[in-house]
Amino acid sequence: MDHHFERRALKLACNRQFRSAAIKPPGSVAASRQGICDATRLEVLTLSAQIWTLPATMAVETTAAVELRGLTKRFGSVHANDGVNLRVEPGTIHGVIGENGAGKSTAMKMLYGIFPPDAGEIIVHGEKRVWASPADAIAAGIGMVHQHFMLAGPYSALDNIVLGAEPVRLGVIDRRRARIRLDSLARQYGLPVDWGAAIEELPVGVQQRIEILKLLYRDARILILDEPTAVLTPQETNELFRNLKNLRDEGKTILLITHKLKEVMSFTDRVTVFRAGKVTGEMATSQTNPQELANLMVGRKVVLNINVPVARSRDELAMEVVGLGLAGPVRGSRHKLSDVSFSVRRGEIVGIAGVEGNGQSELLQAVLHPREPLCRTSGTVRFLGEDVTHWDARKIRDLGVAVIPEDRQREGLLLERPVSENFLLGLQRSSAFSHAGLLNAKNLQTAAAQAVEEYDVRPRDLTIPAGNLSGGNQQKLIVAREFQRQPRLVIAAQPTRGVDVGAIEFVHNRIVRARDEGAGVLLVSFELEDILTLSDRILVMYEGRIVAEFQRGQVTERELGLKMAGS
Amino acid sequence: MRKLFQPVLAVAFGLILGLGVTRIAGESPWHVLQILWRSAFGSSYDFGMTLFYSTPLIFTGLAVAVPFQAGLFNIGAEGQLTLGALAAAAVGAVWPGVPWPLAPALAILAAVAAGTIWGAIPGWLRAKRGSHEVINTIMLNFVAAGLASYVTLYLLKNPDTQNPETRPVGAGYLIHQFGIFGGAPVSLALPLAILAAVLVWILLWRTVVGYEMRAVGQNESAARAAGINTGRMTIIALAVAGGLAGLVGVGEVLGNAGKFRLGFSPEYGFIGIAVALLGRNQPAGVVAAALLFGALHKGTAGLDLETEHVTRELSLVLQALIILSVSADGLWSWMKKREAP
Repeated sequence: MDHHFERRALKLACNRQFRSAAIKPPGSVAASRQGICDATRLEVLTLSAQIWTLPATMAVETTAAVELRGLTKRFGSVHANDGVNLRVEPGTIHGVIGENGAGKSTAMKMLYGIFPPDAGEIIVHGEKRVWASPADAIAAGIGMVHQHFMLAGPYSALDNIVLGAEPVRLGVIDRRRARIRLDSLARQYGLPVDWGAAIEELPVGVQQRIEILKLLYRDARILILDEPTAVLTPQETNELFRNLKNLRDEGKTILLITHKLKEVMSFTDRVTVFRAGKVTGEMATSQTNPQELANLMVGRKVVLNINVPVARSRDELAMEVVGLGLAGPVRGSRHKLSDVSFSVRRGEIVGIAGVEGNGQSELLQAVLHPREPLCRTSGTVRFLGEDVTHWDARKIRDLGVAVIPEDRQREGLLLERPVSENFLLGLQRSSAFSHAGLLNAKNLQTAAAQAVEEYDVRPRDLTIPAGNLSGGNQQKLIVAREFQRQPRLVIAAQPTRGVDVGAIEFVHNRIVRARDEGAGVLLVSFELEDILTLSDRILVMYEGRIVAEFQRGQVTERELGLKMAGS
Repeated sequence: MRKLFQPVLAVAFGLILGLGVTRIAGESPWHVLQILWRSAFGSSYDFGMTLFYSTPLIFTGLAVAVPFQAGLFNIGAEGQLTLGALAAAAVGAVWPGVPWPLAPALAILAAVAAGTIWGAIPGWLRAKRGSHEVINTIMLNFVAAGLASYVTLYLLKNPDTQNPETRPVGAGYLIHQFGIFGGAPVSLALPLAILAAVLVWILLWRTVVGYEMRAVGQNESAARAAGINTGRMTIIALAVAGGLAGLVGVGEVLGNAGKFRLGFSPEYGFIGIAVALLGRNQPAGVVAAALLFGALHKGTAGLDLETEHVTRELSLVLQALIILSVSADGLWSWMKKREAP
């Protein structure tokens, strides 16, 4: 981890030296870039920790880039924002954190002109502004990258960027001119993109780069990024933040909406904390720590790293896969899963670590739908002593298998349907909720109400659509439903992805409790924190194989990272 | 409340636009509206005809709504109802001597079975072969039309007439017509349609199969992950739809004509799409929308006779304008957004 940090620091320092006359050493004009790097290497390495905060401390301007004063917004009876004050210095990366539903996105959407505030003022570069629509905000140099990208899939990167602001010559889009402009932007900010590639064929990280270029193309000086890392792999995340720092050093102001404390701590200059529609704290990042931020976000003392008691695993196997394989899409291509074999005992948590895209999703599909040829081409799957290789999904789940799906919105919820119907999903044929093909609505209401209470799903309303719940509450609803099965095997994929700190603590505790009650747990996560906190045994997946195995406490984050990278 | 208000407003909006068109055509909108109303509801006979036109639309509206809840688009109701009617007529023509009430029961069964099979085929193709139900249901409409022509003209041709129709069904097959509608052919098919709507409601909202069907329609991946057999639900939804469309044949063959006439349907199957859309794919909404479209159909027939400049085609214009305003969901959210701040 430290290594990365230093490398990035070094690279950035090199870039900065080229651009900023203020810290350019004498004689460097003629020197090669590599030369400077070598010359300043030692210096930079020792500086690496502080270098990020340099621009903030160097800032001499006194006018804030953005200032929100007493911003208030009501939706029905809910105060989404209640007297929000926020000040962002120009040329800084400013973290805006809070749990899902705390009002941080609402505030940013008002700043971006998506809806007007009920009360309060928006001041941009010292000037009081009222937006009629985002077009006004864009014209004033504010840009926003939404969590779900606003890109047109089949169109090229270039066309997506100029869409709505096309340079036109004789009634035709002047792609050549756009390209010249974009090439220079890409060079200036170090954001290379293959302009001709269709968006849908590009990786998510590059799509995000295109979203950022879209803003730069429109001369945005203030960039708002809404949960930019939610969809990124760790590598893409590092890449993104390297780019953001470049942008900041080029004088852009960046507002980073997130709920990941790690990102705030590593990459921001200042941070504002939201809770329940209000600002509960604003401070320089260097003056705070994750624990303080978490407490401000949740409003109580949060246990960031729960203490997991030692497992008392039984000999009984909850799950066993032998020689699991999934052939590649065409003959001769690399297998997506090759010869994966492992077992999970009851009362044990086995964590699968790995960088996204190394076969974890395929493994999950293979064990949950072993019968389908698109999910498994060889090997056997045994759950709780039964060979389920040729069973259908329903029969498998009825054994007492709880699944927290990888992508909860896609695989776990009916977003437009009420909470109660979501609670029923997968349980609809159990004797508790149906009889002779007819649903038992009364039992469902009672059980769902009880579960919502026990698992603290907020709000406690069974009739609202699941899509209206925050990410953390959606996840709690899924956990509540799946644990209703009295599981003997829990398959938890990315259980904390996009979930806020309070809910992470909750989900972790529930998984440990299931283990202590005798369930076997297979945990698949890209978050090393999940893996290291929860797993009694850790398996590392790389390119569709299990490449390493560790017992709890016998591996450091760094070692694990190296194995995940395939070395 | 808003769910109810929105379609009603859309209908009013479409109607006003339509009346504007008649104004351009040179008729007083008020006069047109009066004729529309009188012709659809003016006498017990007129009202009866409105109900008669509405009945098949309830069936076809449901036949579109049920698959829609499962995330499928059934454009094949026309073919399904053609074969349903043909099957009912064939049973009645081949075994004319069967006594009441066995005879209509048999014919109804045949109609449902034929429609069900015709719906299940694209369902099966979708579930097992992955080919799109929209294409397949459209194609099967043509196959059904060809099949119906062949059977009517070569196997069951009525020798007593030049018209393309089958031999009449036996007397035991005819179902009761209600006398109170001044001779309009309102038969037991109407209560049957209401019953079908109730049963569809129970199916969708009170049964496990209905829940699973809706889950597939909402989010197929989530349904699959939860262990629901999505392919089976696809087949069931389209098969049920086919059966419902097939029931159109009951009103036509047993309750009205007493035989199968080629081209008897003024595209009930396609109007059913509009009915389902306006009825928000809810059984009660479908019944209400079917009544509206039935009334429009009957009302505009009156326009043809009683005005100089407006013809039957205006019915289609009105329907189109109503559908346009109903489907303009974007317009609604835009207007709401304008109100909100």
